[in-house]
Amino acid sequence: MIEFSRLSKNFGKTRVLDQLDLTIRPGDRIALIGSNGAGKTTLIRCLLGEYVYEGQVSVNGRSPRAHRTDVLRHISFVPQLPPPLKIPVGILFDYAAKICGANSTDMGAIGARLGLDLDEISNRPFVKLSGGQKQKILIAIAMGRPARTIIMDEPTANLDPKARQILFDLMGERLDHTMIISSHRLEEVAALVNRVVELDRGKVVLDDRVEDVTDPTARLACTLTIKRADAAFAKTVAEWGLAPDKSGCLWQGSIAGPDRLRFLGMLTRYAGLLCDIHLQDKKEAAS
Amino acid sequence: MKGFLHTARLDISESLRARWFLLYALIFGAIVVILFVFGLSESRVRGFTGLSRLLVTYIQLTMAIMPLFVLITTVRSLAGDREAGVNEYMLSLPVSLGAWYWGRFVGRFVVIFLPVFVAMLGAVLWGALKGAAVPMGQVAWYSLLLLVLSFCFLGFGFLISAMARTTEMAQSAALLLWLTLLLFLDLILLGLLIRAQAAPELVMTIALLNPLEVFRGGAMILFDPQLLMLGPTAYLILDVFGRTGFMLYSVLYPIGLGAMLALGGFLVFKRGDYP
Repeated sequence: MIEFSRLSKNFGKTRVLDQLDLTIRPGDRIALIGSNGAGKTTLIRCLLGEYVYEGQVSVNGRSPRAHRTDVLRHISFVPQLPPPLKIPVGILFDYAAKICGANSTDMGAIGARLGLDLDEISNRPFVKLSGGQKQKILIAIAMGRPARTIIMDEPTANLDPKARQILFDLMGERLDHTMIISSHRLEEVAALVNRVVELDRGKVVLDDRVEDVTDPTARLACTLTIKRADAAFAKTVAEWGLAPDKSGCLWQGSIAGPDRLRFLGMLTRYAGLLCDIHLQDKKEAAS
Repeated sequence: MKGFLHTARLDISESLRARWFLLYALIFGAIVVILFVFGLSESRVRGFTGLSRLLVTYIQLTMAIMPLFVLITTVRSLAGDREAGVNEYMLSLPVSLGAWYWGRFVGRFVVIFLPVFVAMLGAVLWGALKGAAVPMGQVAWYSLLLLVLSFCFLGFGFLISAMARTTEMAQSAALLLWLTLLLFLDLILLGLLIRAQAAPELVMTIALLNPLEVFRGGAMILFDPQLLMLGPTAYLILDVFGRTGFMLYSVLYPIGLGAMLALGGFLVFKRGDYP
């Protein structure tokens, strides 16, 4: 159980969190949304015990400031911006595993699932990797730890569709965990959560349950028909894993269920080209 | 203890890959090479020949360069880590604050001390291979002085990094500190204070509080037991401490000061926002 009680945080004269009250129960998967400056990152940093604050924050009755190692042992975190560490990836994995009491092999296995070639990048400095690779490494560390609470700040920002699908699968395997997923766009994370908390000017302005029917591991069979073959369209949908027929006008494949809104958002760029869009849940179709 | 050792190792790995370390190591390596090229090992000054002269010159140059380098690189990297999100991520892992802070301190200490020490050791080995006499006592004493000087200024660096909220502020504070300590060497403001007939106790206190002055005196006392080259403050210092006493002071004071500053930095760090 995570409790924020009358939590306030000021930076100089700016009040970023204002007497915020929030209770998070085990198994809650929260979309923490709000515009830039709403207080999402500050709230997360207070929960991680990284900020001095007014009010109270407790994780299973313990303050993250006073009992940081006990509290943080059960919380894994993926930041929005990867830190510019110069150490090789292998050393980062090793350090995180030893500090967290985890096994670096478990972290490596998740990294491999996310598409990382660990043999190739193990000796490369973390900071020299691409944004997507860094994000995958941080996700691998977070998911490879025996933590019951997972906090992710814009976790899908740098991931390609294939890696996002694997992330959704990983989250689907941990539905009994508590998750806080911060994003400034609800549609990015809506399908992953069972509760939405919106912040505005440091206060909770919306706290709503979401019907928990979406399966993060679901796949949607997808068929697209376009008027004529188009190189830009072909490049984009190929990245989503769709394949064309001989004419280049019929594209078929499957996409991750939680990615459907993002996928449809991408398709709006080609509205003039599209003739037909068909999406169907593969499990429903089979039954 | 486990977290402390892992963090120290992590900081060493991180620092060894940083540009500042490469530059730092190159500078001290280059100093040694230049000293050999200019034949300082062959000269005869005040009764010392060969490596003694080279070591004295090396230690004087180190005193001028190392504190500034340690201060600037330490505050840049530590304050920069906070701004770049390194603290945000690394301190979300279940490492204790003490293990994180002191692990980094020890890791950084190893990284800043080794190049200076190895460059000096390299000079000694090269000289020995060329047949020069190796002044073992001087080598040991200078190694100790280099160790305490780097420790002391690392303490300053960690305190400034903990107190400053931005890299710019930290760098400015570090530069100001170095300039102040430099100005209060015997040859500059301290000399003026003596000319202005300031109370000898005041002058001596300022001199003894300045780790650069203490290091300078400690470095000279081996070949200049009266500290004639140091300046007028030396008479007062030697009157109070004696030679052995001053040698002890020049090791214990910077170590104690560095430890207190680093501890102060830890207390400030622990009570504030980490990222």
